[in-house]
Amino acid sequence: MHIDQTEKKWIYITLVMTVVMMGVLTFYAVGSNIHPPSGFEPIDSTRLHLSEEFGEDNLGLKKNEDGSLTLTMVAARYGFYPSTVEVPVQTPIKIRIASADVLHGVHVPFTNFATMVVPGYISEVNTTFQKTGDFTLLCNEYCGLGHDHMWSRLKIVPKSSL
Amino acid sequence: MGYEMTNNDNVNGLSLANFWVGLIAITLGAVLGVYQVIERVGLFEWLDSPTLYFASVSTHGVLMGFVVTTFMIMGFGYYAATTSLKMPLPGKGLAWFGFYVSLTGTLLAAVPLLLGEASVMYTFYPPLVAHPAFYIGATLLVVGSWFWCFEMIWAMAIWKKAHPGEAVPLVHFGNTANAIMWIFTTLGVASEMLFQLIPWSLGLIETVDVGLARTLFSGTLHAIVYFWLFPAYIAMYTMVPKAIGSKLFSDEMGRIAFIMLLVISVPIGMHHLYLDPFQEAGWKFVHMFGTFLVALPTFLTGFTIIATLELAGRLHGGKGLFGWITALPWKEPLMTAVGCSMMMLTFGGFGGLVNAAYSLDTMVHNTQWITGHFHLIFAGTTIIMYFAIVYHMFPRLLGRTLYSNSLALKQLWLWFVGMLVLTLPWHYLGIIGQPRRISSAPYDSPLVEQWVPYDLGMVAGGIILLISVLMLVFNLYKTHSSEAANLVMEYAESIHPAPRVPALLNGFGFWSVVVIIYLITSYGYPIAQFFIYETFGATTWGV
Ligand code: HEM
Ligand SMILES: [Cu+2]
Ligand SMILES: [Cu+2]
Repeated sequence: MHIDQTEKKWIYITLVMTVVMMGVLTFYAVGSNIHPPSGFEPIDSTRLHLSEEFGEDNLGLKKNEDGSLTLTMVAARYGFYPSTVEVPVQTPIKIRIASADVLHGVHVPFTNFATMVVPGYISEVNTTFQKTGDFTLLCNEYCGLGHDHMWSRLKIVPKSSL
Repeated sequence: MGYEMTNNDNVNGLSLANFWVGLIAITLGAVLGVYQVIERVGLFEWLDSPTLYFASVSTHGVLMGFVVTTFMIMGFGYYAATTSLKMPLPGKGLAWFGFYVSLTGTLLAAVPLLLGEASVMYTFYPPLVAHPAFYIGATLLVVGSWFWCFEMIWAMAIWKKAHPGEAVPLVHFGNTANAIMWIFTTLGVASEMLFQLIPWSLGLIETVDVGLARTLFSGTLHAIVYFWLFPAYIAMYTMVPKAIGSKLFSDEMGRIAFIMLLVISVPIGMHHLYLDPFQEAGWKFVHMFGTFLVALPTFLTGFTIIATLELAGRLHGGKGLFGWITALPWKEPLMTAVGCSMMMLTFGGFGGLVNAAYSLDTMVHNTQWITGHFHLIFAGTTIIMYFAIVYHMFPRLLGRTLYSNSLALKQLWLWFVGMLVLTLPWHYLGIIGQPRRISSAPYDSPLVEQWVPYDLGMVAGGIILLISVLMLVFNLYKTHSSEAANLVMEYAESIHPAPRVPALLNGFGFWSVVVIIYLITSYGYPIAQFFIYETFGATTWGV
């Protein structure tokens, strides 16, 4: 087995690079608690409208007893409901969203809000919106021939106006 | 042995048949690609039709992702096996049988795809359902490729028996590593097909668990890209050095890189589920670590290949820090291809690190960035090496000179330019929010207006690429009737020839066990959880 000197150096360099990259990601994941939306929470998507949490009356932004905010939404072909939501800027929000039919995905350009919405499971995202303005929620997973038309509005407003 | 390799031998017809299916598929796919970019920018209102568009993208994805690749990989593996092992392919009838199984599967899947009965994309995520013929056809395509895997492993075993203690030629070592990896890779999608999608689409079972289906598919989705990439790396290690009058910098590094790809690339697919619920963050984190390890064989390959190129440049009289680059024989298609491929790998690899990063992926997930990324690294880095492989092998398979070398060079450069024009704007579009897999952009105007100029880039890129594909196919077609020539297929020698290598670098028994253990560790619980807890399946939904 023959390993060249330069080659050996390069192997060390790549190992160091890889370890550094992993270190940075670990630092942010653990240190700043940055994780992608995760968690195993099954729900029966075919009976979503009958469930308490995702029933029509319960959708939208709610203040919990401890004062924190939860935004509950449903994704269904071809829209996100409620179709316009207002949220305060610079405030931690828990977003819970479930699909009533097929697979969807959602992201809001220029924010940190993105998740897949998978029938049979609840998606949960914790985020804080940084800037006020009018934003767009759009479906980013092919969900049928009307996929392009699946989008809704997100208004991020100053804290005081809510 | 006493077996002499001559042209028009043992597997030439088999290889050519496989190559031509791949070449026809890429031509059709490119035509669809151009239609898609034009439809999507919305220049012509009469062209707008989501029904047609999504049937087209589904067909384009299946053709490019499954048909082109599988057949080109099989054609390459058969010819490389007989020419490097210098023996006839064992059980050639079986190899032909596999070819016909794959071809039948392709044609079977094509019918519902073209009729718009399978507009579910090449990833066919449930609960959107396609006509059963689509699932059955796609499964047959994969089953046919298992015959190829078996052939590669079998040929290697026979050769080792006849050459005790000798190092298996690197090219066949690589193809066998790929074959074994592919068997592990397809376990995920095969179980999804057999236990979920096929019975479900036939109405034998009522619901499927979408979380389980996506988890199984993720096990295939990552390593499949290494299945595609393998031949490109193999050609870089074993064909490029010879073609440019150089020697391979290190044979053993090649073996190590191939083994690493085999072991590391299958059990890490959960990075495709970063944004999915139903898996805990901890598992995603573990898979992210595994994903970053895959950077190692790529870094190694980059080093070995660039060192090999530098050696060639210096042998050709190149001096100074960069002088060796201009001294390289750029008139050789394998050289031009590897140069372009390496450049695209650099850009694309950087993008890949972003996607692999657990926290950054959120910003690009399912945006046009992703489409840009995989066209660059798959349709670019990988496919350009396939082109160089066929330019090198066709004349040898046919016993004729390549119809036009200069046309080949122009074709490769056009492919490179076209890919950059197509994919760089796509990356940026993703960052400014454009989702992938859309046929139009009916969103709020301030958002959409920013996209328009970059959308035009993809039309230009698409047209350049289509012209390039047509040049490729024309050249190869004409080669069938060009001047007779007796060219032999030779593979690179290493600077430090290694007639014998440690047993661990000369076989896959031990490594297969490592893969199995690693797979069970990384996927055992994430799959088992669907059986431990109560979950709710989804019924079928039409598109
Ligand atoms: C003529 C050149 C090409 C053009 C214009 C083109 C264009 C496109 C377009 C517009 C899409 C849909 C993107 C989206 O919205 O998600 C697409 C998807 C795709 N392309 Fe290409 N492409 C070309 C060549 C290739 C090649 C050579 C390959 C690989 C060998 C390839 C593989 C794919 C795959 C796998 C998809 C994914 C389909 C999906 O998202 O379901 N393409 N292409
Ligand atoms: Cu949707
Ligand atoms: Cu992957």
